[in-house]
Amino acid sequence: MSLKSCLSRIVFSGLSLLSVGGLSLVCCRSVVAADPIQLDPMLQLAEQARVAAIDRARPSAVSVFVPGGGGGGSGVLISPDGYALTNFHVTSPAGSFMRCGLSDGRVYDAVLVGLDPVGDLAMIRLLGRDDFPFATFADSLRARPGDWCMVIGNPFLLATNLQPTVTWGILSGVGRYQYPSGTLLEYADCLQTDASINPGNSGGPIYNADGELLGIVGRCSFEKRGRVNVGVGYAISINQAKNFLGYLRSGRIVDHATLGATVATDPDGGAVVSNILESSDAYRRGLRYNAEILEIDGRPVTTANDVQNVLGTLPSGWRVDVMFRDRGKTTRVQIRLNSVHGQDELLAKMSSALPPPPPVPDEPEEDSEGDESPKEGGPGEPLQPDQPETPPHPDKSPHGPSPHGPSPHGPAAQAIPKVVADMFVERRGYANYFFNLRQQDRFIDSLRGQFPGGAADETAQWVITGKTAEGTELEVRVADDQYAMVIGETSLQASGRGELFEAVDSDSILGIVPALDAWRTMLERGPKQFGESYYQGTMPLGGQRPLRDCMVALYGGMEVRWLMHPDTGLLECIEVVADRDSDPAELWIRHQDGKIAGMELRYGIDTLVQFDVTNWERKESAE
Amino acid sequence: MNPFRRIQLLSHQCGNAMQTATFQLGCVLVTAGLLTQSVVAQSSTDQSSSKRPPGRSAAPGAHDIQQRVVKIYGAGGMQGLEPYQSGFLVSPEGHVATAWSYVLDVEPIVVLDDGRRFESKIIGIEPSLELAVLKIDASDLPYFEVAKQLDAQWGDPVLAVSNLFGIATGNEPASVMQGMIAGVTNLDARRGTFRTPYRGKVLILDLIANNPGAAGGAVADSQGRLVGMLGKELRDSGTGVWLNYALPIDALRVAIGDIIAGRATTAAKEENPLLKRDQSHNLTTLGLVLVPDVLESTPAYVDAVPPGRPAARADLRPDDLILLVEGQRVADQKMLTDLLRRIDRRDAVSITIQRESEILPIRLEP
Repeated sequence: MSLKSCLSRIVFSGLSLLSVGGLSLVCCRSVVAADPIQLDPMLQLAEQARVAAIDRARPSAVSVFVPGGGGGGSGVLISPDGYALTNFHVTSPAGSFMRCGLSDGRVYDAVLVGLDPVGDLAMIRLLGRDDFPFATFADSLRARPGDWCMVIGNPFLLATNLQPTVTWGILSGVGRYQYPSGTLLEYADCLQTDASINPGNSGGPIYNADGELLGIVGRCSFEKRGRVNVGVGYAISINQAKNFLGYLRSGRIVDHATLGATVATDPDGGAVVSNILESSDAYRRGLRYNAEILEIDGRPVTTANDVQNVLGTLPSGWRVDVMFRDRGKTTRVQIRLNSVHGQDELLAKMSSALPPPPPVPDEPEEDSEGDESPKEGGPGEPLQPDQPETPPHPDKSPHGPSPHGPSPHGPAAQAIPKVVADMFVERRGYANYFFNLRQQDRFIDSLRGQFPGGAADETAQWVITGKTAEGTELEVRVADDQYAMVIGETSLQASGRGELFEAVDSDSILGIVPALDAWRTMLERGPKQFGESYYQGTMPLGGQRPLRDCMVALYGGMEVRWLMHPDTGLLECIEVVADRDSDPAELWIRHQDGKIAGMELRYGIDTLVQFDVTNWERKESAE
Repeated sequence: MNPFRRIQLLSHQCGNAMQTATFQLGCVLVTAGLLTQSVVAQSSTDQSSSKRPPGRSAAPGAHDIQQRVVKIYGAGGMQGLEPYQSGFLVSPEGHVATAWSYVLDVEPIVVLDDGRRFESKIIGIEPSLELAVLKIDASDLPYFEVAKQLDAQWGDPVLAVSNLFGIATGNEPASVMQGMIAGVTNLDARRGTFRTPYRGKVLILDLIANNPGAAGGAVADSQGRLVGMLGKELRDSGTGVWLNYALPIDALRVAIGDIIAGRATTAAKEENPLLKRDQSHNLTTLGLVLVPDVLESTPAYVDAVPPGRPAARADLRPDDLILLVEGQRVADQKMLTDLLRRIDRRDAVSITIQRESEILPIRLEP
């Protein structure tokens, strides 16, 4: 269908739809059509606004096709360099590579970037341009039932001519919680709409009446009326997606957060802790059985559903503000959130949640020599739009385990273009390790760009002196296998990383040393020589936004995290975790006038020492 | 003051103004988008106005309707029998109208849109309408006026609010959907193989409203006035298509009023009630012998025409197929006898038949 006729159809249906709210009249029954119908200018304005919103929104909608006829879905571009969001269940049959069409009529190769199997989100990157049209984000928390909305995408994979389908409706509900389908998927705090959502709309955008991105279409309630729209479609809120963007860009397979406590709705109101893990950070911060949780990450909660609705939208490893009331006392603390799954558990569940391999066309299967005649998806081939069902009756047979990876069985595995292959590195626990390596490079460049003691050197020793507010002098010396600090009259030393581990585990002031030495080592050697290291994504610092870039590395049995400001690129905090069940050492770094002005060592909510940096020397090694 | 209320109120005011203007301009539609736009424009000088941009909401009054719709939890839970449905408040003292169904086999729990839960009592049912009225122990609740006369017609925009699929768990308000009244007609539907007891007027909706759990939900017009109650899931008896429909509130009004007032319930007046056997027509009075009724749905083929009777006098012949009786489609012989039961035997009967390839109107004089 041509653009014009498509639009005129929309306008036509719009006329009838626009008349829903407020005081409206249908008086056309008695109108004698002598002259062409004159529209009220205000009606025309409203209609033009709708057409403009659709025009604004449509260029960012993506039609996803799995090469080889393995299905497809929809997606939405979120940055000019081609990053796009879609559903995990859309990309999973494709593996690492898919073809994406835009409404400009062009088809782009796309590579998988990151996966959030629990939240059913996937990030892909379209290749070949740096000026892609992209959607502007709305604030989905401000959406209300009754608001107009539209869904643009690829239902039933109709967009073989790359013109996406626009469906219009209202939000039927917001903040919906959809119980997990199978063992993995969980839709928390999602949007519900009566705009038609059909198989193939998965992963596509839902926009508000201004053409701003409200969410990512996820699943539908399908029942006995067949696999078509029954008036209920769900979308993952864009605010949840915003929380996960940094994690997804890391190329990892990411997990959602849990508090380490269960809550129940009290009959007299309020979300009350019904069970709590003593090893959780929540417990260490004073959350106890029977305490009433009032607020998480700035959002008030009054029921158990509310709590899950907020937690379900947060990535594991985040530290967020939590307010609770226990025996009449209200406390506000920052709590680190655990992962819902262990990593092995997540990967196992993910592979069992994958759909069976796409059907292979009837032609005899060719061997790997058949590379010169790649089978591409064409209009004549069977295409299977993918869409998971919401189970009012979860009677689906569970999908059997199927191989996952860049080369799934079937025709989709063939003929991955070189540009895509060059941007894909397979690694366990990652959707695409290539993007993690990129972020690691960015991290180390940024870290080296702000080194306080001059250029990096192989054998440097750091000598840092400072003074606390009380006037106590302090000196820290770190070099390879030499760890010492003097504070006032006290001298502390460690002969190896094992002792530093003990220091952090026992909340010692010596915890300052491994943080600084890890920093020094990272600067000198870079992430590739440091040992096991990876880019984690973005997270709040001290419960506060903007989200900070976070790099993680293993250091002598400890996990070290560097948190950097996203705009300045300055290192703000180094966390050293010795034992997951105890508080990490946190070294907070205070910047002033482009220099490191001071530091502070914290465990949990206790500050052990705070000092101004008076001198920062880098000496050649004592050798 | 609740901002939603405020918008609603303002939209009423400027709605009236718009109404006049509309008629003067001879215009087709007044839109919701327009109304909210003008509302916001009007209240932009007013500090209490909503900060949300204009034209955002299809239904500024959606929240008011949601407040009047309740979720009902009761019996069921087995495969295919959802233990929940919807209802709506019809009095400030907590009378709830809903669909009479298996969910009410136990005393149901009623959950208001703000999450408050109540045990309820079933105070009355009207089987012919499949209507039940529950009572919860509460007061000062927002409620729908069950108005006397509502002229709901095709083309009217409506909002349907219900707990379809049980989506709205906990303290969440029910789901809102928008669409139009696509038609007003008599219900001809079945549930499984059984015909529905109610055969009267229904509003056919162009939105996919009648899902599991939606029965008892409210259908309101653009001013938030109640126009109907969503019925249970039904298929059209002719085509097997799932229906999207609501019982118009004027069909329910008397029964709701009677149940609340404690009066004996009365069946809704049928337009063509069944007559006593000795007062209505039947095949014998017309002198019709049809082919043996051996199928679940045997076509109304004429097998024989005894001489001297109305059928013979009107020259009806064997192998004629009766298509219509008084303009109503005759699907099978059962339906034919049923239709004849509704016609006084002193009256003539107009039928339409197919003979070979001809369609003929026939009038049977008693």
